[in-house]
This record gives sequence, C-alpha cells and structure tokens, in this order.
Amino acid sequence: MTEQKNAENGHSEELSFWRKYVFSTDHKVVGKQYLFIALFMAILGGVMAYYMRWQLAWPETAVPGAGWIPEPTAFGGIIPPEFYNALTTMHGTIMVFFVGMPFLLGAFGNFLLPLMIGAKDMAFPRLNMMSVWTLFLASLVMIASFFVEGGAASAGWTGYAPLSADPIHTGVTWGLNLWILGLALEFTSFLMGGINFLTTTITMRAPGMTMYRLPLMVWMQITAAVIFMLSVGPLIAGAILLLLDRTVGTGFFIPELGGDPLLWQHLFWFFGHPEVYVVLLPGFGAIMEILPVFSRKPIFAYKTIIWSTIIAGALSFLVWAHHMFVSGMDPRLAMPFSITTILISVPFAVVIFAFMATLWGGSIRFTTPMLFALGTVMTFIVGGATGIFNGSAPVDIFIHDTHFVVAHFHFTLFPDVFLGGFAALYFWFPKMFGRMMNETLGKIHFWVTTIAFNAVFIPMFVLGLGGSMRRVYNPLQYDFLKPMQGINEFITYAAIVLLLGQFIFMFNFFWSMFKGKKAERNPWNATTLEWSVSYPIPHDNFATIPTVYHGPYEYSLPGNKSDWQPQHEENEPVSG
Amino acid sequence: MSGATTVSEYQATHTVPGRMGIWWFLASEIMVFGGFLAIYILYRMASGGAWAEMANHVSAPIGTFNTIILLTSSLTMVKAFEAIDNEKRKQATNFLLITVILGLAFLGVKAFEYSSEIALGFTPLSGTFWAFYYALTGLHGLHIVAGVIFNASLLVMAMKGTLWPNTQHRVEYAGLYWHFVDIVWIFLFPLLYLSY
Ligand SMILES: [Cu+2]
Repeated sequence: MTEQKNAENGHSEELSFWRKYVFSTDHKVVGKQYLFIALFMAILGGVMAYYMRWQLAWPETAVPGAGWIPEPTAFGGIIPPEFYNALTTMHGTIMVFFVGMPFLLGAFGNFLLPLMIGAKDMAFPRLNMMSVWTLFLASLVMIASFFVEGGAASAGWTGYAPLSADPIHTGVTWGLNLWILGLALEFTSFLMGGINFLTTTITMRAPGMTMYRLPLMVWMQITAAVIFMLSVGPLIAGAILLLLDRTVGTGFFIPELGGDPLLWQHLFWFFGHPEVYVVLLPGFGAIMEILPVFSRKPIFAYKTIIWSTIIAGALSFLVWAHHMFVSGMDPRLAMPFSITTILISVPFAVVIFAFMATLWGGSIRFTTPMLFALGTVMTFIVGGATGIFNGSAPVDIFIHDTHFVVAHFHFTLFPDVFLGGFAALYFWFPKMFGRMMNETLGKIHFWVTTIAFNAVFIPMFVLGLGGSMRRVYNPLQYDFLKPMQGINEFITYAAIVLLLGQFIFMFNFFWSMFKGKKAERNPWNATTLEWSVSYPIPHDNFATIPTVYHGPYEYSLPGNKSDWQPQHEENEPVSG
Repeated sequence: MSGATTVSEYQATHTVPGRMGIWWFLASEIMVFGGFLAIYILYRMASGGAWAEMANHVSAPIGTFNTIILLTSSLTMVKAFEAIDNEKRKQATNFLLITVILGLAFLGVKAFEYSSEIALGFTPLSGTFWAFYYALTGLHGLHIVAGVIFNASLLVMAMKGTLWPNTQHRVEYAGLYWHFVDIVWIFLFPLLYLSY
C-alpha cells in the first residue's frame, strides 16, 4: 500500500473528473459520497415510514402518493399485507444499515478522522474508495430487491428464522436472498472502513497528538469500529447458514430438519445490540465536539467519557438476550441478562451527566448545531430510560413486541442518527462545502423536527402500553385496539409533519451549498485541527503536518485573553 | 521496509500501516470463524448418536494428509519471508513456488474428498453434520483459494523481478494471512474429522 500512497501524496498533476469526484481516494470526497448515499437512502426510508403510518391510521385505504406502485405490490395505492411486511422490514434495514452507519461513521468518520488527527489521508486510501463503492453496490442490491418476483424481504429487519429460512412462510424468494447479499456487502464495506479508521488513528497521528489529546469524535469512531468488528463475525457466519437454508435446502434454522431457529436470534442480537452502539457512539462523538464549542468550556471528564464508552462497548457483548425474554430460551437466562442490561445504563448515564456538567456555567450560544446537540441529549434520555423498562424481564414480558418497544428504539436511534447527524452536518458543513448553512431555516428545521418527533413517539408509548402489537397490519381487526385508533391517526399526522419538515432541511442544504454565506476558516472558533485548514482543503490536507501542543477542548482557559486555544498553536492565538 | 521512511515523516508510531491493517482484518476473520465454530459446537453438544453415525463417514487419513500439506506450506511461507528478509531473491521465489503448489495440492485433495463423499451419497442435505461439514470446509476452502491467488500473484512478481524493491513486504502480509488460514484448519480438523 505504501508505494501507492507515495504516488498519491506527491500528486501535482490534474486528476480527471472521474478520479476527482467519482473514484476518488480522497477521504473528504469519500466522506461526502457516504453522506449523499445516506441522505438518499433516508428519503427512501422516510417514504416507507409514511406508507406504513398511513396504513396504520386509515387501514386499507389508498395512500396518497402510492398510486404509482404497480400490482401486485400495491393496488391503486392500497397496501396489501405482504407489502406492508416488506415496508417494516426494509424501513428498519435501510435506516440502521444504510442511513445510520453511512451518515455517522461513513460520512463524518471519513471526512473528519484524518483531519482531526493531523494526517494527510487514511492509511489505505484505495481501500477507503472501495468501501464506499461496496456500500453503493449494497444499496443498489437492497433497492433492486423490491423489484424481483415475490417482492422485498418481509421477515422483519431482524430476519427471524424460520420465517426467513424458508420461502414458504413469506412467499419472498429472491427478495430475501438479495437482502442477505446486500447486508453482507454492507458489512464488508464497514469492515474495510473500520480497518482504515483504526489503522489510521493508531499509526498516523500528527506529532504531539497523543491518544489522550484525540478529539472525542475520533475516540467514538474507533470504539465503534472495534465493536462492529468484534460483533459482526458470528452473524456473518449465521447469514451464510441462512443463505444455505434458503438456496441449497439445508436446515440449520429449520426445526423440522433438525435445526434451531432460536440460534438465529442469538446470533442476530449478539451483533444487534453492539450494533446500536456502533451507530450511537459516533453520533455522541459529534455532540461531544459541539457542546464544548458552544458552551466555551472544556468537555467535562474527558477520560471518564472515553473509559465509560469503552466499558459500555465491552458490556454490550453481554446483554443480547434481553431481546429474547419471550422467545422460548431458557428462562434462567432472564435474570443475568436483565442485570447486565441495567448495568450498561450506568456508563451511559455517566456520559449524559458529563454532557450536562459541560453545559453547567458555560456561556451557551444557541446556534443551530447547538440546538440539535441539546435536542439529541434531551430526547436520548427518554430513549435510554425506557430501555431499562425493556431490559427488565418482568416488565418486558408485558410490553414485548408492542409499540412501546418501537417508540423506545426510535427514541434512541432517531435523536442519535438524525438530531445528532444534523447537528454534525450544520456544524461541519462550512468545512465540507465552504459555506454556512442558513441559521434561521436551520432553527425552524430543528423545532419542527424535534416537536413533530416527540408528537409521533410519545403517544406511541401509550399505544404500546395499551397492548398495540408492533408489525400489526390493520389495528382495526382487533376490538381492543379500536378505542386507540385516534392515537394512531394523531401519530400519522405528526409523522407527516415530521417528514415534510425535512424539506426545509433539503432546501437549506442544497441552497447553502451553492448560495450560502462564504464560511471563514474557523467560523465557530473551535480548537481542533480540522478548523486549522481553509476550504477548499487540498487532497493531502495539510501543507505541513501540524504539531499538536494542547488537548482538544481548551476553551476559556484562565489567564488567556481569547477564549479558545487551538490544538496546533503553542501559544494563544493573536487574533483573539 | 520500503516506503516506511516517507510514512514515518508524519507518523505517530513506527508500526507500518499495512501490517496493522492485516492484523485488524484477521481480527474480524477470527470473529467470523470463531462464531462459526461456536455454532457448530453448540449443535454438536445438543445432538445425540445420529451425529456420531454421520461423522463416522469422513476420512480421517485424508484429513490428516491435508493437515500435513497445509502445515508444510506454512513452513515454506515462513522460509520465503525469511529469504526476503535476508535479500535472497532466488530462494524466496522458490519457497513461494512450493507454497503455491502445496496450496493447490490441498485444494486438489479436498476436491477429491468432496467428490468421493458425494459419490457415496453424502451431500449437504444428508443431515446437520454434513451440512456443517460442507459449509465450514467450503468457507475455509474459499479462503485457501484467495490465499493461493494472492501468493501466486507475489510469485509471478518475484519471477519477473518486480517484487523488489517496493513490494516485497507483501510477502509478510500474505504470510500472516496464510498462517491464519492454516490455524483455522487446525481447529477444523479435529472438530470435523474426529467429532464422532
Ligand atoms: Cu439490546
């Protein structure tokens, strides 16, 4: 790899359009490519959510905007049960693997990590390019799965066997095979990315950039990379077996053939729980950069945050069966997994308290990124707290597979992926595109998104406690759910507002990219290295590699005239 | 290690990125095979006499023979790396050649084994043991194929002389991978061939 790196570092010749913007090895271009894939897939996932919400509020009526879908997938906009199942499955799959991961790890990890550590690029630029194109291919496979005979995967985003193991249960044939293939490609993409993140951070930090001077965003990215790498392997093995069951006719997960369907659940959640932290940590990493900047205070308990997240990452391998309390596994496992689940909330509570302590006594500036960052923390607390309900076996047995659970995980993932992701995007947009996003539109976007989000998911807790089952196609089929139909309609109105509110963002995003106010080099007066280079950042980032003298969050140091101390400047900046 | 000087101009540590990348890659591979073997062992423990009956039909002598082939190839790979380190190009090329031949021999023996088993009616559909047998050895076999291709590409470069002076460190990376595949087989052999 090293020889090609030399060639790339010593580039002076003009690169062709294709090498510069399409098959680029520049981590900044790769990061932006991840960003666009994530935003595109988010639109798909959002439209699917809209179709599902309409069906739940006004079952089996024509969905406005679904008339174009050909038969037999839908019938003049009316969504049949088979398509509804595919929608729930693919919404989950797309939002977690094709939005959450590309947005937070792919886009911001790639764009920021080399800049933040003071490196000229990733350790393996070509592997980096391959990782984004592998994800692109994976996305195409996932989209294609809608158009094959039998439709897209419809065994739930968790793909539980035996539902997923034999096509006779769902009628889905190639759709689910492509689902497995698409996920396999996605896993490959992020394994390649993770190898790059880890190797780059360990071997290519600028002089003076010790591990304890790394911005927390970098720590969160590499912790997430390790967690992903260690959790996904057994699921890859399981996915091979599932594919063999479906194509060759083996019976690894089919009870009639001597298989064990429960094993799939173990494999899925051994990966699935760590996976939520893979998505969560980089989102939190963005928050950890933004809170100090707009509080003008050092982050509270820097090392404690690092070790809390590492402990949480380690514990995340010991909690998976809290998803399986009613699955028929040995009930003696319920107690230990309840205990580990309650334990894992401790390190996260520590991190949340560190966020609050960072704000305490700071001079807070309510910019758009700061609003989104604060919104992330506030909404995540609800998600985290309700997780303790789900994780305690006695409570979970009552609320399992109800909309309570759906509300819970949306209260963890939505704030993280979207509120946290938007916070990051508004914050680093000037570094990515050289212009500022519009603050007024940004603030409107924030309030619409946050209020509508809460209006969708707080009532959903009530729905779940009332016994409403998740994945149910038509709630009106059940007499005991009929009195709660008004809640379903309210949720759908709120969801439509939530989705429409994103047009504000899309307009702001594209308008600002071309017409926004030109950004200064360091518009937020931040300390970390990415703010030391001017837009457009050259392919090799730094003309000379900076030397790092300070930790990442030296704001409002006593005795300094200016209230920030860039990491790469030995003394306080003169242009205070 | 060529190229290392340009890298170290701005490097925080003296670890070569390529070597570290391979180690992280192997870490993720360990989790794939580790998970796979854990699944296998769980099924083995949960099943009774039928398993032993099925597992009795694999050929331990052929398995042993293939184990010896693979272990020898690991040794020749080490020798190739050693020769690279000592700047003995001819010797390095020869050892790479032997390694590639032994890798192909392993695949040949495995193909013969598969075909004789299928001829006897033992297919992936002949029960859980056989399904695992084909899945595990198949995945391992694909790793061997990848390793042989990588080693062969290095061999071609060595014969043309283009391996030096910039890419000879890849022999080390190929070696790390090849040893890993070898170690996986060390686990597979007793678990599959001696599981009755
Ligand atoms: Cu969990």
